Amino acid sequence: MNVHEYQAKDLMRKFGIKVLNGAVAKTVDEAVAGATKLGGKVWVVKAQIHAGGRGKAGGVKLAKSLDEVKKYASEILHSTLVTHQTGPEGKKVNTLLIEEGCNIAKEFYLGIVLDRNSSKVTFMASKEGGVEIEEVAHKNPEAIVKVPVEPGAGYQPYIGRILSNALGLDAAQSKEADAFYKGLYKLYVESDCSIAEINPLVLTGDNQMIALDAKLNFDENAMFRHPEIAAYRDLTEESAKEVEASKYGLSYIELDGNIGCLVNGAGLAMATLDIIKLHGGNAANFLDVGGGATKEAVEQAFRIILSDPNVKAILVNIFGGIMKCDIIAEGVIAAAKAVSLKVPLVVRLEGTNVELGKKILNESGLAITAAGDLGDAAKKVVAATKGV
Amino acid sequence: MQLKKLLQQQREFNRMAIMIDKNTRLITIGITGKQGTFHTKQSEAYGTKVVGGVTPGKGGTVHEGWPVFNTVKEAVKKTQANAAMVFVPPPFAADAILECIEAKLPVIITITEGIPILDMVKVKDALFRNPEVRLIGPNCPGVITPGQCKIGIMPGHIHLPGRIGIISRSGTLTYEAVGQLTARGIGQSTCVGIGGDPVNGTNFIDVLEMFNKDPDTDGVIMIGEIGGSAETDAARWIQKNMKKPVVGFIAGAAAPKGKRMGHAGALISGEDDTAAAKFKVLEECGITVAKSPADLASKLEEAMKAKNITIRN
Repeated sequence: MNVHEYQAKDLMRKFGIKVLNGAVAKTVDEAVAGATKLGGKVWVVKAQIHAGGRGKAGGVKLAKSLDEVKKYASEILHSTLVTHQTGPEGKKVNTLLIEEGCNIAKEFYLGIVLDRNSSKVTFMASKEGGVEIEEVAHKNPEAIVKVPVEPGAGYQPYIGRILSNALGLDAAQSKEADAFYKGLYKLYVESDCSIAEINPLVLTGDNQMIALDAKLNFDENAMFRHPEIAAYRDLTEESAKEVEASKYGLSYIELDGNIGCLVNGAGLAMATLDIIKLHGGNAANFLDVGGGATKEAVEQAFRIILSDPNVKAILVNIFGGIMKCDIIAEGVIAAAKAVSLKVPLVVRLEGTNVELGKKILNESGLAITAAGDLGDAAKKVVAATKGV
Repeated sequence: MQLKKLLQQQREFNRMAIMIDKNTRLITIGITGKQGTFHTKQSEAYGTKVVGGVTPGKGGTVHEGWPVFNTVKEAVKKTQANAAMVFVPPPFAADAILECIEAKLPVIITITEGIPILDMVKVKDALFRNPEVRLIGPNCPGVITPGQCKIGIMPGHIHLPGRIGIISRSGTLTYEAVGQLTARGIGQSTCVGIGGDPVNGTNFIDVLEMFNKDPDTDGVIMIGEIGGSAETDAARWIQKNMKKPVVGFIAGAAAPKGKRMGHAGALISGEDDTAAAKFKVLEECGITVAKSPADLASKLEEAMKAKNITIRN
């Protein structure tokens, strides 16, 4: 789960990480009022969207007067920003963060992630701040220092020494940086983050350290124990269909092809996209109905798939384990009748209660193309989109 | 003919497997829950020796004929259980696994999906300090040794006893592989779902090592996904150590970059963990690659033929 920069900074403040004073604005007037209240001569107007690369896309502007704050706020608010992380459709800006200016002497990168190989929470730091860490990792991996944290021991001073040494900080700076390391680690483990990044972490002209940007990503599975963080969720940042699907326990991702897919299990759902592609087609979505889906959930899955106007055919691919084929069959029939299905439907059923499922489909009177196996299913559904 | 049948029966009786077999004594943690009850019954119906279960607060009662205990320690002491199946809801699952580790249960199979990842970091740390304990999962279908023992949620009837091992990060794709093999009359020695989470108990290499040593496994199908480096690490291990043919498939070739595809572990974050990159490493390491998930069994037949190994059950 992603949160906005201003929300991430609110959390960082609570953990003793120094950030700039800022004001959140939903309107241009609020932006100007916020800047006035912050005082000073320089402000930064920042678009609040769940994507990186805002600066390059024109979503971050330095304003040298209140008039400029007004100008940039009007330009950015309600505009659509297209960055390398938003996809071509871009993201609409609904909120601004107005921050006081700061005099940057040096920029660093500081982040914490979970390293899958060691299964340990791991610090990453680099002198190359302000640029994407993925880019640094690709071009100059030696520029990133990684320090794992022993789960039993937690954060220890030696970790700070390694990080500060790698960043080339002097004794006074290192002392100040310690609060960032400790605070970020505490925030990470106590709030169930999956990514915590300060990029850039800056050293100002007067030798202060400040988290200039903040990116936090949280483990959705742990949000049950952090209701205050779960409340940060901004549904306008997520695809409406994906949100709707999640209400029914469905995992749905919209794609740009024309074959709607309804599959059980994430791996098989991915493999279904793969085999459709191998047969020259393109999936319109990824949809995993999960293990315990009810007839109603299957019906909703159908509605969500069909709400995409690009869908020219549907493939139902079920290998029943917990998921019983008869439940899927009933859901498919109920949905097909409720939405008066007009596109070809290819169904491949296998596993638990397969005979019963097939029988229910056969007796439904619906025009369903039965597929024998995975390869056959892909072939038939691709052919259906081409009117063969 | 009669002799052949007798020999087959003899082989059936002496058949080895990895991790679980006819001597496995199972307890279910969370046995009185709906899922726990249902799948324990299914496992028992398949032939698994279920000796009891654990639900805190319900110790001393009998549930569906199985004795229920308050703690894992007590259950192990009273039943001589040597395997556990964990069906505890996500907020309490890590605690249950840690309790099983404390009781030194040699095999812990965790089906639960959605355990917080930092909870699993603590579990993993405990596993490092207890190498005699093996955790499978979480977020997995479980383990089955066809004809002998089923611990998990997989449909038992699609399996056939035989000599091909399966390791997979995905539940339903494991069924897909099994289904394809069984349709061709090719049986399985043991099928292991290691789970789709980024932090799990057992990785590909651990299971490959077991299959490599198992005299009753002749070949292996390995099913991976985009994200992480578990498959490429496994491929390099196979190149150095594996004596038996391996067929590999990676799900997610058509996945868009940066999108999470259901499994928390399947997020493509860098360039090296795409399906294309993984397929390439697999091929370089001499693994027979199935580019299509429909070709798992046919590629296995090819790989076995190339090494002159006769497929038999």
